[in-house]
Amino acid sequence: MLTLERLRFARAGFTLKADLSLAAGARVAVLGPSGGGKSTLLDLIAGFEAPAAGRVLWEGQDMAGAAPGDRPVSILFQEGNLFPHLTLFENTALGIDPRLKLTPAQREEVSEILEDVGLGGLETRKPGALSGGQRARAALARVFLRARPVLLLDEAFSALGPALKSDMFDLLERLVPDETVLLMVTHDPEEAARMSEIVVVDEGRVAPPESGGPLLADPPPGLARYLGRR
Amino acid sequence: MARGAFAVSPVRALAGGAASAFLLALTLGTLGAVAWRAEGLAGLGASDWAAIRFTLGQALVSAALSVLLAVPVARALARRRFPWRSLVVALLGAPFILPVIVAVFGLLAVFGRAGLLNQAGAALGLPELAIYGPQGVILAHVFFNMPLATRFLLQGWLAIPAEQFRLAASLGFTPGATARHLEWPMLRAVVPGAFLAIFLICLTSFAVALAVGGGPRATTIELRIYELFRFDFALGDAALLGLVQVAVCAVAALVAGLVTVPKVAMAGMDGVAARWDARGAWLRAQDVVVIGLACAFLLVPLGIVALRGAPFVAALPASVWQAAGASLVVALASMLLALVLSLSLALWVARGGRAARIGGDVISGLALTASPLVMGTGLFILLFGWTSPQALALPVTAVINAAITVPFTLRVLAPAVAEIEEAYGKLAASLGMTGWTFLRRVILPRLRRPLGFSAGLAAALSMGDLGVIALFSAPETETLPLAMYRLMAAYRTDLAAGAGLVLVTLSFGLFYAFDRGGRADADA
Repeated sequence: MLTLERLRFARAGFTLKADLSLAAGARVAVLGPSGGGKSTLLDLIAGFEAPAAGRVLWEGQDMAGAAPGDRPVSILFQEGNLFPHLTLFENTALGIDPRLKLTPAQREEVSEILEDVGLGGLETRKPGALSGGQRARAALARVFLRARPVLLLDEAFSALGPALKSDMFDLLERLVPDETVLLMVTHDPEEAARMSEIVVVDEGRVAPPESGGPLLADPPPGLARYLGRR
Repeated sequence: MARGAFAVSPVRALAGGAASAFLLALTLGTLGAVAWRAEGLAGLGASDWAAIRFTLGQALVSAALSVLLAVPVARALARRRFPWRSLVVALLGAPFILPVIVAVFGLLAVFGRAGLLNQAGAALGLPELAIYGPQGVILAHVFFNMPLATRFLLQGWLAIPAEQFRLAASLGFTPGATARHLEWPMLRAVVPGAFLAIFLICLTSFAVALAVGGGPRATTIELRIYELFRFDFALGDAALLGLVQVAVCAVAALVAGLVTVPKVAMAGMDGVAARWDARGAWLRAQDVVVIGLACAFLLVPLGIVALRGAPFVAALPASVWQAAGASLVVALASMLLALVLSLSLALWVARGGRAARIGGDVISGLALTASPLVMGTGLFILLFGWTSPQALALPVTAVINAAITVPFTLRVLAPAVAEIEEAYGKLAASLGMTGWTFLRRVILPRLRRPLGFSAGLAAALSMGDLGVIALFSAPETETLPLAMYRLMAAYRTDLAAGAGLVLVTLSFGLFYAFDRGGRADADA
C-alpha cells in the first residue's frame, strides 16, 4: 500500500496537495494539463523532492529522508533513461548493483532479461547505436531486474510511435508482477484507458483515483476541458 | 535541479570546503602575511609610483590596441569561409598557452635591434626601431591578447542569428547599414567585457616586463615587487606594493564583475552565416589582407624560434634538459592539483545551491586577481624561518601555478558538471548510484572532454610559467622558462632558441596530449 498522507508541496508560487492511497496491484494513469503537477507528484514519491508537510508512506513506513535509490521505487523518464557512455549490458546491470559488481549468476540474469525483452546479442552496444524502441526496452529490462514494488513512468513512452508504444505495454503486462503499484503520467487518453484507475492532477490538486472507464466516458468539467470535450 | 531530499552530500561539501579553504589560504592568507610585513602606507617611493602608473597605463593601451586590432580580424573570420579557417581559429587560441618567454624571443627576433624589421629598415635607410621599453611591453601584450580579443569578438559575431543577415539581405542593406544595425550593437555589448578581461590580464604582467621592460619607464608593479624582493631584499616595501597590486586588481575585477566578461570557449566557432553584404571584391581583398597580417604577426615570431632553435637542440647543455625535466614534473603536479581543486569546487557548486555558487564565484575571482608574485612573497614570508624557501622553489611554483589556473579550469568544468547533474542526476539517484560510484561511473566518464581540455590548459600554462620561480629559485634549481631566460640574458641566443623550441614543443605537446586524450573514444 502506497499512501500519500495530507501531502503538501510548495515552491515559488506553486503548490501541490495530495491525500490518497493505492493498494498493491493498482494500475493508475496520472492525467492532467502540463504544469499541473503530475511530474512533481512522481518526484515526491521517488524522493527527488521533499514535501513541505505530510508524509509518503510505503506499507505504513514513512519514507522521509530515504534517498531515491533506497526507496521501493523504480522510475523511468521521457528521455535519458540510459547512460550514453555505458554499454547496454552495463546500463541494465545497474538494476542489480549500482557499482556494477556482479556475480556470474547475476551476469547470467542480466543476459536472460535482455534476451527476454528482445535485445539478446546487443549487450556490448552503447545507447547511441540503438533505436528509440530498443532504448526503451533496455530501460524496461532494468526496471524488471530492480523489481521494486512501485513503478513510476513519467511519460516514458510518449516519444515512441503507436506500434512501439503498444509493444511496451505488452512488455509491462507480461513482466511487471501483479502486486506492483504502477503510476503512469501521460497526456494520451488512450494510454490512460489501458490503466484501471485514473488520478487527475490539475491546478495543484491531486484528485483521488477513480475507475478509468466511467471517468473517461463522463469526465468532470476540468478533465473534459483538458480532453477537449465540452 | 531538484533540491530538498536530494541535496549536497557531506563528502562533496567537505571536498568543496577544503578546496575553498586551500585557495583562500593561498590568496588571502599570503596577502595577510604580506600585509603583516608591510610597514605603513607612507612607504611608497617615486619608483613605486612610477611602477603603478606604468602598470595602469600599459594595461589600458594594451587592452585598447588588442581589441581595436581584433575587430577587423574577427569580422573577416566571421564572414569568410575558406579551407584553413578552423586552423586559423585554432592558431588564435595558441598564444593563451604559449610560454611568454618564447613569444618574447620571437618578437625580439622580428622587432628587436638585430631583428628582421630593422635589417630590412637599415637596407632602406630607415631609422632603427627600439623594442626595449614601454613599446616592447605593449607589443608583447598585443601579441598575446589580440588573438584572445579576436576569439571573444568572433563568438559575438557568430552569435548574431543567421536569419538577421538574411533579413538584411532581403531588405537590401549595404555593408554600412549591416554594420550599423547588426554588427555595431553586438560590438557595443561584447567589447567592454573583452577590454576589461584583457586589461585585467595585463595588470599582472611580469615575465614580459622582466624580459623587454624594466628601468624607470617600463617597470610593472609585479616586476618592482620582484626587484625589491630579489635584489634589495626589502620585504616590507615588496609587501606594501603587493597590497597595491591586489587592490588595483580587485577594483578592476569588481568593475569587470559588473560587465559580462566573455569566457574562453572550448570549440564551436565554425558556424559562419551566409553573408550577402560582404561579397564585394574590395571587402574580400580587405579580409584576405587582414587575416594574412594577423597570421603573420602570430606565426613569424614562432617560426623564427623554430628555425633558429632546431640546429641547437642537440647542443643544449645537460642543465637545460634537467630544467626541462623539472618543468615537466612541476607542470604535471600543478595540473593534478588544479584539477582536484576545480573538480571539488565544481561538484560542490553544482549541488550546493546559492551559497555554494556565490562561494565558487568569490574564490574564482580571488584566484584571478591574486598576483602570483604576491602569493610567492607571502609564502616566502611564511616559510622563512621554518625552512629554506629556495629548497621549496619547485613545489611552491607548482602550487601557485595551480591556484592561478583554477579560475580558468573551473569556468570549463563547473558548467559541464552542472549539465551532467541536470541530465543524469535523477536517473543515477533513482538507481542508487551515489557518492563515489556516481563520480566514477557517471561524472568522470561524461566529463572526459572538458577534463582533458582543462588538464591540457593547466599543464601547458604551468609548463610555460615564468613568475614565482624567478622569485624563489637558487642558481641550481630552475625550470625550462627560467633556463631560457637566463640564456637570453647571457646573450647565448642560439642556445636560448634551442631551449625555446623544446619549451614550446613541450607546452603544446602537453596541451595536445591531454586534450586529445579527452576526445578519444568519447560517446555522444
